[in-house]
Amino acid sequence: MPILDVSNLRVSFHTRNGIVRAVSGVSLSVPAGSTVGIVGESGSGKSVTCFALLGLLPSPPARIESGSARFGGHDLLQLTEKELRRIRGRRISMIFQDPMTSLNPCLRIGSQLAEPLQIHEGLSRRDAEPRIIAALASVGIRNPEERLRQYPHEFSGGMRQRVMIAMALITKPELLIADEPTTALDVTIQKQVLDLIRERQRALGTAVILVTHDLAVVSETCDHVHVMYAGRIVESAPVQALFQSPRHAYTRALMRSVPALQPKGSVLHTIPGTPPDLASLATGCAFRPRNVPGGHLCLTGRDPELIEIAPGHFVQNCPGCLERGAA
Amino acid sequence: MTPLLQLDSVHVHFPGRRGLFAPGSPPFRAVDGVSLAIARGEILGLVGESGCGKTTLSRAIMQLQPVTSGRILMDDRELSALPPADLRRARLDFQMVFQDPYASLNPRLTIFSTLAEAIHARRPALSGPRLHSEVTTLMDRVGLPSSAAARYPHEFSGGQRQRIAIARALAPQPKLLLADEPVSALDVSIQSQILNLLLDLRRELDLTMLFISHDLGVVRFLADRVAVMQSGQIVESGSAEAILSHPRHPYTQSLLAAAPGLSRLARPPETLPPAH
Repeated sequence: MPILDVSNLRVSFHTRNGIVRAVSGVSLSVPAGSTVGIVGESGSGKSVTCFALLGLLPSPPARIESGSARFGGHDLLQLTEKELRRIRGRRISMIFQDPMTSLNPCLRIGSQLAEPLQIHEGLSRRDAEPRIIAALASVGIRNPEERLRQYPHEFSGGMRQRVMIAMALITKPELLIADEPTTALDVTIQKQVLDLIRERQRALGTAVILVTHDLAVVSETCDHVHVMYAGRIVESAPVQALFQSPRHAYTRALMRSVPALQPKGSVLHTIPGTPPDLASLATGCAFRPRNVPGGHLCLTGRDPELIEIAPGHFVQNCPGCLERGAA
Repeated sequence: MTPLLQLDSVHVHFPGRRGLFAPGSPPFRAVDGVSLAIARGEILGLVGESGCGKTTLSRAIMQLQPVTSGRILMDDRELSALPPADLRRARLDFQMVFQDPYASLNPRLTIFSTLAEAIHARRPALSGPRLHSEVTTLMDRVGLPSSAAARYPHEFSGGQRQRIAIARALAPQPKLLLADEPVSALDVSIQSQILNLLLDLRRELDLTMLFISHDLGVVRFLADRVAVMQSGQIVESGSAEAILSHPRHPYTQSLLAAAPGLSRLARPPETLPPAH
């Protein structure tokens, strides 16, 4: 039983340069306690999908054209701002890429951590204090009693991300959305933060949506992965299946262009060209212009739909992109 | 054969905080006795975490940051001892490519002006059709259409901007290219295009490169030799294969252990089914 079930989400931005279709028909579900990854390049719509779920997109210019997001008996996309506020930060939390810009530089860490408890549980600052200390200790911050009186600038990048995680999980949410949580961090710190998210997830039973552009991070942390390209999910599979038998041309090309997997001295596989302009996206397979040499086989008349080619493994049914011999 | 660039126990210290009455804290040793040599045509990868002194070291090589002690020699000439006018000329021999192509290009100059300015640094007299053909050659070399010359940086994507930044760095015909995290701001599919471009340029121009990165996968792919830096010191250096397959120093080992690996799940790429 999934705790979040998104179906056919469409989001567009109405700008001076026309309508940018950022998300075109995304469906995904998050089983309780699991980790679901969304991978894609910048502009593929992965962050917009998450922001839309939490009602964080400014409207205008953003417009949610269609879709539903079932979460605990509600449709998140239909809720009023007031109703959303009771869910956001309590039952669904979010952490962002840059912990420096998402913490308030003028408030002490303790006051910021107390906020969700004061708002959602009606605790006073004094009553919240033991919970704050426990939350900071649980993310591995030493001397929490003293640290909570410090300001964000007194913390290093990795420590700030720990504070963000502590704040996001202090209300014991059912779902945590992590948008590129480690992109701004060094590899060793990245590992600590990912391990920490996993450890807290086990302890609290929280489900996690992990948004990232890093395939390696996905391969180590997620149970199920959605690959997004140009606002659509092109492939979706359990993590083992995705990395062992990627079926869509884009997924395969992405894996072939990771330098760490290439023999030294070889010419790195590249995906020619750049991602399409979402303001003037033609009907059909969005990967067609960059799909070499299968592009001439790609769908042009209609958008390819997802088909299930193995249990739990979905891929866009486009003759040019689907691995030969499949389906 | 003498190396193109040689560093001899280079130190860069920043003064510590001094109190009015307090004795003051000791200076911060950003670069603490680094000795390195890069041979002509070699790519040296410099890895380490943020704050380990990679960028300070590259600024010291560029002579943007005075060294506290030690010598930096290029072609057997000591750079830190050169008078300012000679230094300006010598600086043309080493050019830099930065991490963020959005921040490192002048938004008010067209690509043509950007490149022409860089060409004039070496050959001020060049003008007219010869300047045009030079710009076209440069753009061609980095894979940009010559029709793009009249456009401004904001009209290009991140990957294309990094190509422009590389073309600008190549304009004064440098001997050494310092690339400070040149691909870490780019998406995977664009990253591989730029890495291939750097390898092509090395082959065609016999370019020497100091490649600074925190991405061990990228360094393993690109670099001939690797130096690992921690708290201002080089803790391990050697051939890229040796260091990244059999690290000796505990810090290198911890860096490698922390890097998320696809290898656990993925098949080796040769066995991946080819695109049609």
